[in-house]
Amino acid sequence: MSAKSHGFPWNLLVGFILSIALTLLAVFVAFQTDFSGHVILWIIGIMAIFQAIIQLFMFMHVTEGKEGIINVVNMVNAIILALIIVFGTIWVLTSGHASHMH
Amino acid sequence: MTSQSTPLEYQSQQTRMNILGFWTFLGAEIVLFSTLFASYFILEHNTAGGPTGQDVFVLKDVLIETFLLLTSSFTSGLAIHALRNNDLKGVLIWKIITLVLGASFLAYEINEFFHYVHEGVTMQTSGFASALFTLLGTHGAHVTFGIIWIALLLVQVARRGITVQTSSKLFIASLYWHFLDVVWIFIFTFVYLKGMVM
Repeated sequence: MSAKSHGFPWNLLVGFILSIALTLLAVFVAFQTDFSGHVILWIIGIMAIFQAIIQLFMFMHVTEGKEGIINVVNMVNAIILALIIVFGTIWVLTSGHASHMH
Repeated sequence: MTSQSTPLEYQSQQTRMNILGFWTFLGAEIVLFSTLFASYFILEHNTAGGPTGQDVFVLKDVLIETFLLLTSSFTSGLAIHALRNNDLKGVLIWKIITLVLGASFLAYEINEFFHYVHEGVTMQTSGFASALFTLLGTHGAHVTFGIIWIALLLVQVARRGITVQTSSKLFIASLYWHFLDVVWIFIFTFVYLKGMVM
């Protein structure tokens, strides 16, 4: 049995406050700034990735346990696959597709 | 690694493997959702003369859904914190709050779907609508499954108390719940905010 008592969950509270703050900041950037659509997308996209990292490390304890490093490698692998699928699909079905149209 | 510092759910080889296996499953889930996002990004402008995202998305409703899910992820984390303090009552209370928040999210999402249909966006309206409902629906189905799973798990935890087995089940269910929040962050950013701004 785990005899050690865990104190106040500061990392959870900080993660939660950061998540709320990042969400509100994304809404602010999207609706209250004069950046172009592309710039807005980059900023809010990076903030989304930051929020995902907060969930992974502060809430899901991805590095925890003997197999922690395997989890991290597995997540990195899955994220690379996801990026290839998303950007590969967009590339093939827009610019790649267009270049074969004529 | 001594049993003093190792959380209960890591104390048997079987539960350690279960947790590792679940992370592998989440890796596959990331790939699943990436295919749905890819389809959506390709089809989002193909509205076939029907309503666009800008026409139907309502920021206030989407924000409420986001805050419900973000908060439920936080309370799920608090339940695991209670678990590691061997606090059964804390686990049950925080998990029940998580379920209530999750169910509220689902109610808002179903309401949102009714709103879309009312505005003339159904699964058959356009490529945009099909991709949107498929992405949101897959996430919503995951949330629905998670609510049923965690509810049944809580019955078992209430009966058996905190053991190596039940603590690993609680931890794994919590991983699943946090993961759904991660997916929602990307839906919120790349479907709703992007759709309303661009």
